[in-house]
Amino acid sequence: MSTLGSRTERMPIGIVGVSQRQIDREVPASEPPALAPNADLAVVGKPIPRVGGRAMVTGAARYTVDVKLPGMLIARILRSPHPHARILSVSASAAERYPGVRAVHVVTAMETRAAVRGATATPAAFPPALYVGASLAAVAATTRSIADEALRLIEVKYEVLPFVVDMDEARRREAPSVFEGAGQQAGGGGAAPGPPQVGNVRGPATTNSFYGGPRGNVEQGFREAGVIVEGEFRTQVQTHCCLEPHAVVADWRDDGLTLYISTQDTAGVRKDVAAAFGLPREKVRVITEFMGGGFGSKLGVGDYVMFAVELSRKASAPVSLIFDREEEQLASGNRPGTWQRLRIGARRDGALTAISLLSYGTAGIAAGAGVGNIAQAMYDCPNFEMAQYDVFVNAGPGCAMRAPGNVQGAFALEQSVDELAEKLGIDPIALRDRIDPSAARREERRIGAAHFGWSRRRLPAADAGPVKRGIGMAQSFWPGIVQTSASCEVRLQRDGLVEVRSSVQDIGTGIRTVLAQVVAEELGLRPEDVSVRIGDTNFPLGPSSGGSKTTGSITPAARKAAYQVRQALLAEVAPELGVPPEELIVGHGRIFLRANPAHGIGFRQAVGRLKKDVISAVADRGDNYGGFRVTSPMSLARENLGGVQFAEVSVDTETGIVRVAHVVAVHDCGRPMNPRQIESQIHGGVLMGVSFALYEDRILDRQSGRMLNADLEHYKLAGPREMPSIDVFLIENYQAISATDACGVAEPATIATAAAVANAVYNAVGVRIRNLPMTPASILDVLGRVPGGG
Amino acid sequence: MERSIKHSNDWKEVGVSRRSFLGGVSAAAVGSAIYENTPIVQNAAAAEPFSAPVIGPDAVPATLRINGVVRRLVVPLQMTLAEVLRGPLGLTGTKIACNRGACSACTVWLDGAPVASCMILAVDVGDRSITTIEGLADGDRLHPMQAAFIEHDAMQCGFCTPGLVMSCAALIERNPDPSPEDVKTAISGHLCRCGTYQNVIAATMAAAKVRKG
Repeated sequence: MSTLGSRTERMPIGIVGVSQRQIDREVPASEPPALAPNADLAVVGKPIPRVGGRAMVTGAARYTVDVKLPGMLIARILRSPHPHARILSVSASAAERYPGVRAVHVVTAMETRAAVRGATATPAAFPPALYVGASLAAVAATTRSIADEALRLIEVKYEVLPFVVDMDEARRREAPSVFEGAGQQAGGGGAAPGPPQVGNVRGPATTNSFYGGPRGNVEQGFREAGVIVEGEFRTQVQTHCCLEPHAVVADWRDDGLTLYISTQDTAGVRKDVAAAFGLPREKVRVITEFMGGGFGSKLGVGDYVMFAVELSRKASAPVSLIFDREEEQLASGNRPGTWQRLRIGARRDGALTAISLLSYGTAGIAAGAGVGNIAQAMYDCPNFEMAQYDVFVNAGPGCAMRAPGNVQGAFALEQSVDELAEKLGIDPIALRDRIDPSAARREERRIGAAHFGWSRRRLPAADAGPVKRGIGMAQSFWPGIVQTSASCEVRLQRDGLVEVRSSVQDIGTGIRTVLAQVVAEELGLRPEDVSVRIGDTNFPLGPSSGGSKTTGSITPAARKAAYQVRQALLAEVAPELGVPPEELIVGHGRIFLRANPAHGIGFRQAVGRLKKDVISAVADRGDNYGGFRVTSPMSLARENLGGVQFAEVSVDTETGIVRVAHVVAVHDCGRPMNPRQIESQIHGGVLMGVSFALYEDRILDRQSGRMLNADLEHYKLAGPREMPSIDVFLIENYQAISATDACGVAEPATIATAAAVANAVYNAVGVRIRNLPMTPASILDVLGRVPGGG
Repeated sequence: MERSIKHSNDWKEVGVSRRSFLGGVSAAAVGSAIYENTPIVQNAAAAEPFSAPVIGPDAVPATLRINGVVRRLVVPLQMTLAEVLRGPLGLTGTKIACNRGACSACTVWLDGAPVASCMILAVDVGDRSITTIEGLADGDRLHPMQAAFIEHDAMQCGFCTPGLVMSCAALIERNPDPSPEDVKTAISGHLCRCGTYQNVIAATMAAAKVRKG
């Protein structure tokens, strides 16, 4: 909608029960009236059962791996067994002749996430294999076993090259180069283009696109400090382990291409595939009905998508390509490993005077292995500097993973602040009350401390026996990202159908449910009266689901569209009821007079009398009321997302086993749209954080370059037995920024966890663990319990 | 002397017939299902590898009893139960996530006991009755466990959910009054990356109550 003029709208702002008040915002005239706080609403903010839940528990939910089309072929990918090799030749003729094989695609262009730029040498016929699992060719055949057999018939001549898979080794000048030739650099993976590269080391990045560059004078700040803490921290590579593997079905036809894909971004897939194959966007349709988890690894278009499309084009048949678990572990992305040195100075009263951060991270052959913006932006500190480096190694490309950077950054920052508090003789919560400008986190600390029983915290290593208990807390910080273009349609049909349509995909976070709630609230209906059709680019384009921005981006658009539909409906009904439209109210499935609620008409009855078959409105999200902090490359709200978590652990100092017994997680997400779903998501964030803290670790063999635990039995995930009891508390933190005032929560839910666990382990044993994961071996090592160990 | 793979260090040398190989795999599949208090499903072929007829190497006719319906089909020997359910039978509610018995997403019932269907060959099912997630509800009436999963939001992306529902439903069939620890044990072989376990336990406790009335 164009914004013809504007008006002033009085809206709720602040934290319910703490600072809630009203604010006047100038809003475009097309915006709906301010939405009341949750307490005054019928559907929004209520724990509505998950839409699609019935399909999930009956097996009816159709995921990409379940899609079966007539004549569909099965594709498999040939992957490099070598961590680094020149590809001298590829002969696929035997595979092409194998009965049942319908198409073969040999990779001849650089199809990885880290595109080589500035290449000086003549490009080889085949791109080099840069890691074990790099794709070399793909085959489509009538069955999976035929496709697998055909892969074995493809003859590849390799010239095996020196490789490096360890970040510390890769940093050395004499280390084998991951990228061949001088002057080559790699970009992508979310990293800023342009930093210099020496050997395998690229950087430093000294600025952040959201929060800018260095500030103040760090040297001066450290001179003013009464206390300085400094620590070196290491975090491991974590893999996404989505239960539904990466999967795509490509159906290339003369009149267009249809892609069924397990993606976090239907609109992005359409854009990228259309561009790659020279198709007009309207000829590409992308469908994601149900989606079995992404956590960042299903943003963007991987090379396998291009293979499936190319094979479908060649074979003139639909092609299904589904990763097996080993491919998932090797080539579907990961959270980069990091090393960081963090130095923080503070005055005796706790006020921070300087923060200096140095980091090296490795996303394999991709860039973007930084430690985020949490050290830069969470606390008040006048002097800050950072240098973040990427280190290339011969391993699968990293990518976004649930709060990329900030999980690793929080592990260092929040342990350092804990250490600072101890040195200052200030309680960690009191110190944060001093240095944290966030009103939301202040309230979260208060709520969490009360429910968790923070006052029972003892001195470190207080237990006399071999099993030592401890408690700790840590905080989350995540940018409030908004996709202003997110749009959707709301339709009202004379036959009674109320439908909301968008390409936005439900990746398990429950946006289906939330959209039904928003439209139902606006039209005075029940959520089950609203049909939600999403995950299809034939509908208006919704946001990508990454950066915790889905809910905050699409729900204002849905409410605006529903509001416009409502206004049109009321205008039609008003004459019949004998009052102007503004005298009418919708609610409880009826349309009735404000002055006389008994006088009215049923919603369905009113819709049945429409003169038109359909009332429809399409709306996009638009800008935040009150503006943004930054609008490039993404729009960033003025307020960030918070969250505070408390953990209780026990450490068996004889076995080294750490158990997380209990976590209290207190979070904000603007207006909570569906507390039950939010709670579920926070459970997931906490569990992923515990898993990262204690168990998960991608292990690469330095001798062979291979991943030694490319499965789910040796790559250990926290399961039911490792799960702590988790208590979730939400605050309502109105910001007066949009028609719904909603924000996301997925990433804040996992940022603080590992740091909270580490602080609790310190409180238990009195020794700080600065390396992840905290395995029994590493615990015994730092406790000096390993015979002959350090 | 042929031995099952589980107990043999030198099976290549002694030679393994296809029959004993299949039997061995089935035994491993049964062993891999980690459900305490579950009666171990006996596999006739595994227990008596010598008396079973040799079949294959081509696809063989098989009669499978699935969700109360008898289905006759020709099954390639190497196809797992999960593959046959999802492929020719179109029962895609059973999910494959790891395909080697590490995640339990593919859990179905054989004669009422939960097993990882990716770890058993379809031809080894024999006359045991198979129940998949599609067969758990009574027509439109959900099994109490399905209803409780919805009520307690014991799912997020939903991909591991059918397997969890099958294990939890089997638990309350054999133990009408489980403790939360019993539920943890029953689902300890399941992986859920969305982290739904706490709600799964709550749902199972609630469903057990409903079932007892």
